[in-house]
Amino acid sequence: MSIDISQFYQVFFEEAQEHLNSMESLLVELDIGNPDAEQLNAIFRAAHSIKGSAGTFGFTDLAEVTHVLENLLDRIRKGELALRPEMIDAFLDAGDVLKELLAAHRGNGVADTAQVAAMCERLSGLTVSVAEVPIVTTVAPAVADDSWGLFDEAPAAATEPAPAAVPATDDSYGFFVDLPAPEVAAVPPAPTLAVARTIAEPAVAVADRRAAPRVGGGGETSIRVDVDKVDQLINLIGELVITQAMLAQSAATLDPVEFERLHNGLAQLERNTRDMQESVMSIRMMPISVVFSRFPRVVRDLAQKLGKQIELKTIGEGTELDKSLIERIADPLTHLVRNSLDHGVEMPEERVAQGKAPTGTITLKAYHQSGNIVIEVGDDGAGLNREKILSKAREKGIAVHDQMSDNEVWLLIFEAGFSTADVVTEVSGRGVGMDVVRRNISAMGGRVEIESMTGIGTRMTVRLPLTLAILDGMSVAAGKDIYIIPLGYVVESLQAERNMIKSVSGVERLIQVRGEYLPVIALYEIFGIPDTVTRLDRGIMVVLEADGVKAALFIDALVGQHQVVIKSLESNYRKVAGVSGATIMGDGHVALILDVAALVQMAKSTLPLAA
Amino acid sequence: MMVQEQQATRGNAAGGEDGYAQEYLTYTLGPEEYAIDILKVQEIRGYEAPTTIANAPDFLKGVINLRGTIVPIVDLRIKFNVGTADYTPFTVVIILNIGSRVVGIVVDSVSDVTMLRPDQIRPAPEFAATVDTKYISGLCTLDERMLIVVDIERLMLSHEMALFDAAQPTQ
Repeated sequence: MSIDISQFYQVFFEEAQEHLNSMESLLVELDIGNPDAEQLNAIFRAAHSIKGSAGTFGFTDLAEVTHVLENLLDRIRKGELALRPEMIDAFLDAGDVLKELLAAHRGNGVADTAQVAAMCERLSGLTVSVAEVPIVTTVAPAVADDSWGLFDEAPAAATEPAPAAVPATDDSYGFFVDLPAPEVAAVPPAPTLAVARTIAEPAVAVADRRAAPRVGGGGETSIRVDVDKVDQLINLIGELVITQAMLAQSAATLDPVEFERLHNGLAQLERNTRDMQESVMSIRMMPISVVFSRFPRVVRDLAQKLGKQIELKTIGEGTELDKSLIERIADPLTHLVRNSLDHGVEMPEERVAQGKAPTGTITLKAYHQSGNIVIEVGDDGAGLNREKILSKAREKGIAVHDQMSDNEVWLLIFEAGFSTADVVTEVSGRGVGMDVVRRNISAMGGRVEIESMTGIGTRMTVRLPLTLAILDGMSVAAGKDIYIIPLGYVVESLQAERNMIKSVSGVERLIQVRGEYLPVIALYEIFGIPDTVTRLDRGIMVVLEADGVKAALFIDALVGQHQVVIKSLESNYRKVAGVSGATIMGDGHVALILDVAALVQMAKSTLPLAA
Repeated sequence: MMVQEQQATRGNAAGGEDGYAQEYLTYTLGPEEYAIDILKVQEIRGYEAPTTIANAPDFLKGVINLRGTIVPIVDLRIKFNVGTADYTPFTVVIILNIGSRVVGIVVDSVSDVTMLRPDQIRPAPEFAATVDTKYISGLCTLDERMLIVVDIERLMLSHEMALFDAAQPTQ
């Protein structure tokens, strides 16, 4: 009976990728002078697993490289070979080669056989030294041995591992069993990675951890679930919330005394629905360590390349966020970290001259705050150079003046093509990054803030909404339609009096609220809505704040406040300016959700320019 | 009136090259009669007032809630300037399923489902029409009525309808 192996390719690719990721994390953390035995074992196991399954599927190039790698690793963990810094570099590069080969087999890119041969040679060339290195044995108890008893942990075992003796079938069996290999290296809070100094890693809780990609992670058992299924579940829960809202609305007209049981039942239903909603949403939540785990490597490589000394601190790795956000936040965050490394932190000599420690620190911090997840990228470097930014802005023809506040100056770096780098390096300086970063983050419904002090450092704060699908909104009426304003942007609402309305160049454009002048955004003007209230002192003003900018939205009337399910407008239509989505109200009608940040922008451009 | 979706084996393009007869749904816009591939039709509904979308072209009436999905509604009578665009209890909306997108079109009435063979459909002569001739697969005569066979998928996805962003792929 022949089994079509190709249907299992996808699983192999995913598992191999996880092994490679964990291998990389462990390699980066490895203390060269005093390597932890458990970590060496874990790295070895990862390489071994990949080799075995690669062999099963006939990916000989992968098997070749991992075979040599595994030999080396085995000798190192047995103490026959001393661990040297160039070995770590070689192993990391081998990991990269393996990733490329994986990608090639998946269909992206072409496998470079010359590279494979070169890598194998390089790895073999490392076997020169024979000095023994004492291995730190940890107190940790025996780990679940997943090498199928073929490799003993005791150093008394045969010096030569017998990879050829491992029958390929064994590996495939182990392959389909939930491999207890540690995916993401368990990182204790605030681990530090230093290029300049080595820190002995404490015996990390050796119990194998499930990484975030496994849905339902945290415990020892988990199930791999297709993301589409989870999304479908979330959609259905959304429908349930809408239906429950419709029922509640219909029942509101009934006499509470006569229909007491009905009302109790509906209240119970609302509670149950809300609980279920929260549960289901949490399925998609994954700890941010998934994103943070890639940074030690990035920082290490970049610091080496730039000749700087950097220590990476991560705080709040367990902070959870939605899976889709995780994928989308990785690139912008990487860009911010690279910027800090390249522009922020100074060269060691400079730092010493300023009285700072030669090793700079980059801090990645994540935490929850009032319905948002906040991610901070901070460095203790030179801070943003105000003068340089201002002069660069003038060069580019952007209107600036010396009285601009620091915040406004920092925001300039988000302009397209902006860079104060004197030299364009391959790392940064081309000025393509920050505007893309801001656009990506805005697309996720978030925002970026910058704080900086010359000589002290810089901190970029990214704020993202926790959930994408459900929104607390204030419903307002304009014309015959209802619009939803996300509650997070609403500061207050008021009815303007004649004397609060001020005009500029004869056009009523400003409203004075508690001493502040706010621009008025008349929704009926921007959206071209007929039959609305047009006198500014007759309708309602809702004061909104987005990205630090305040404005007053003029609408006909307030309707209410609800929790709404966001429905995509773009799946069947296209992006509408000023609208971020749609929702279905309790009576079945569609209401558009306003994109507050965009509206404020639109108002700026449609307003007649003040003289 | 719900129209059942046919098996895909019946053929797909508006003018079947394989020589088999295909079923077409006929509808009227003012005095004109049009025919579209029935496989693109998801359902037929009455008209309900949609929620208007800001700054949309006048033929885009707005969006409605179709069992949980937001569907844009286009009034072809306004777009092609045919007949009078009034909304009575008899006004019909044809919900189309084109690729992965769902769109509704407002028409005056729906007539029939007819089988048409490719040889019954003659190529349309060049004429200046409100419907660009590249969307017209051909003309057909049925009981002395002229049916304009429209490639509705091409029409709805076209740039001038401005329904979808150019960058968005359609499955």
